[in-house]
Amino acid sequence: MSKKLLSGPYIVWMVGFTLIPLALIVFYGLTDKAGAFTLENIMAIAQPERLNALLRSLKLSLVSTAICLVLAYPLAMILKSLKVGRGSFIVFIFILPMWMNFLLRTMAWQTLLDHNGVINNILRFFNLPELKIINTQAAIIFGMVYNFLPFMVLPIYNVLVKIGDDTVEAARDLGANSVQTFFRVILPLSMPGVISGITMVFVPALTTFVISDLLGGGMILLIGNVIEQEFTFTTNWNLGSGLSLVLMVFILISMAILAKYDKEGEGAAF
Amino acid sequence: MKKKLTAALLIAAMCVSCLTGCGGSKGGENGVVKVYNWGEYIDEEVIQMFEEETGIEVIYDTFETNEEMYPLIEAGGVAYDVICPSDYMIEKMIANDLLAEINFDNIPNMEYISDEIMEGSRFFDPENKYSVPYTFGTLGILYNSSLIDEEITSWESLWNEEYAGNILMYNSPRDLFTAPLKLLGYSLNTTDTAELDEAKEMLLEQKPLLQRYVMDQIKDTMISGSASIAMCYSGEVLQLQEQNPDLKYVIPEEGSNYFIDSWVIPANAENKENAEAWINFLNDPEIAYKNFEYITYATPNTGAQEMMDEELAANQAVNPSSEVLSRCEVFRTLGEEGDALYSEMWMEIKDAG
Repeated sequence: MSKKLLSGPYIVWMVGFTLIPLALIVFYGLTDKAGAFTLENIMAIAQPERLNALLRSLKLSLVSTAICLVLAYPLAMILKSLKVGRGSFIVFIFILPMWMNFLLRTMAWQTLLDHNGVINNILRFFNLPELKIINTQAAIIFGMVYNFLPFMVLPIYNVLVKIGDDTVEAARDLGANSVQTFFRVILPLSMPGVISGITMVFVPALTTFVISDLLGGGMILLIGNVIEQEFTFTTNWNLGSGLSLVLMVFILISMAILAKYDKEGEGAAF
Repeated sequence: MKKKLTAALLIAAMCVSCLTGCGGSKGGENGVVKVYNWGEYIDEEVIQMFEEETGIEVIYDTFETNEEMYPLIEAGGVAYDVICPSDYMIEKMIANDLLAEINFDNIPNMEYISDEIMEGSRFFDPENKYSVPYTFGTLGILYNSSLIDEEITSWESLWNEEYAGNILMYNSPRDLFTAPLKLLGYSLNTTDTAELDEAKEMLLEQKPLLQRYVMDQIKDTMISGSASIAMCYSGEVLQLQEQNPDLKYVIPEEGSNYFIDSWVIPANAENKENAEAWINFLNDPEIAYKNFEYITYATPNTGAQEMMDEELAANQAVNPSSEVLSRCEVFRTLGEEGDALYSEMWMEIKDAG
């Protein structure tokens, strides 16, 4: 009984802030302004500009997920080999930026990368070529990687520290060299963390509209911006919700992949 | 299924009312007033002074755009007592019965509001029943005279290839379309597809020359000299010139947008008299001048205007003359179809390149 009571607040939370909003989005997405059923809001994604925005978002978020993975895996290996505990200072440093507001950090990068920004002023001082990535897709990818990297590092690190040294030693005993040990033992065992990291980077990257506005200078339209525009400028909640549903399909696909590979929930980030 | 949905909605409604119920404080001795204003649009000291003088506690929230504010008020989830939208949005709110008539008996300081601006308000509030002007201003061009030698007089300059990579335009469709529409000699409030198409083509042509579409970031970028020419609302100008004296402001000869931001009281306000006390307090000449010094948008308060020194009073950015204003148009609400049209064209522009 007491256990049930304890779960009460979470059930209220889940229903109030997850299930009902989700139901409202589905409801708005599948109805028109008069409240009648329609698929028009979903089909609206086929309009060339929106489709382009969706494809562009998919491309940018896939690229930044890949970069995050390439950066995060070796980093997680290094953290593991340092044999520092989870509470160590080095791990702490990687979590530290997440204590600061996401928006603030992104705005800071805008000032840093600006044509007359801090970085370019330093480069100019040393007569080095200027950095011209602000307001381009490269800047958006940079912003995504910077903001979401911890979400890739932590799940991979958490899985890696659970692989005991004896497992690795056993592999070496049985004649595997270090490359074989990595590809046949460590990598397969760390897959749950990798998959979890991919989802945790891919989903927010796919849906972001702030990064493209701040670092893309509003010049690059992502699907998040399209949806935002429907809510903020045209105040067409039905269309905005319909487009969100389309986006949700991609999120559900990545969740399904996660569920398939990470049955025991080993890849949890925290 | 329908029952379940109703049940779910009821639970949702209960959750919301419970939350607001638990969260609401008792307020000052004379209750509260819930103010919804633009960001950075009041001297915060004025809020304190109001609380001390009237004993009314101020609950203060801010928004960034009219479009962000409107759905909140329309949905009615939050009952604000006094809001400060722009002209065309006020017109839309009046049309949709979202506003309450103001009781001007509670606002004796109305005598200070300039007749000219009250007359201008009739574009969106024909009987002057729903709104009290707070600030007004124009949309113009801001340029850095240390980077640009010529004297800018026309919207044309925003298409000048010499400034490629150093041009900023607003990241909001109505403001953005102002430049090409005025260059083409059309109204800012057109919903004619052919006219808008022409304007869209111009903006598409312009996009490769731009550094970026911006909102508030315009300030930092222009002060630092990272961009040399930008669309800019006159209210920002004084602040910007203080930090970078090279910045010059001009209202283009083709005409532009002229806006009035006014206080309105939503129909679902719970503390209407407190809202009126708030509006009255802000129009006390001393307070209005204090606010003007902070936000630097032109004030319609004649009492505050008289307190300005000669240099300020002569500055067209802060105090545009009637002659300049006569070339400018107020934004009207475009209706759902008009909004959708702008939105679609804006998307095409942003998708390009």
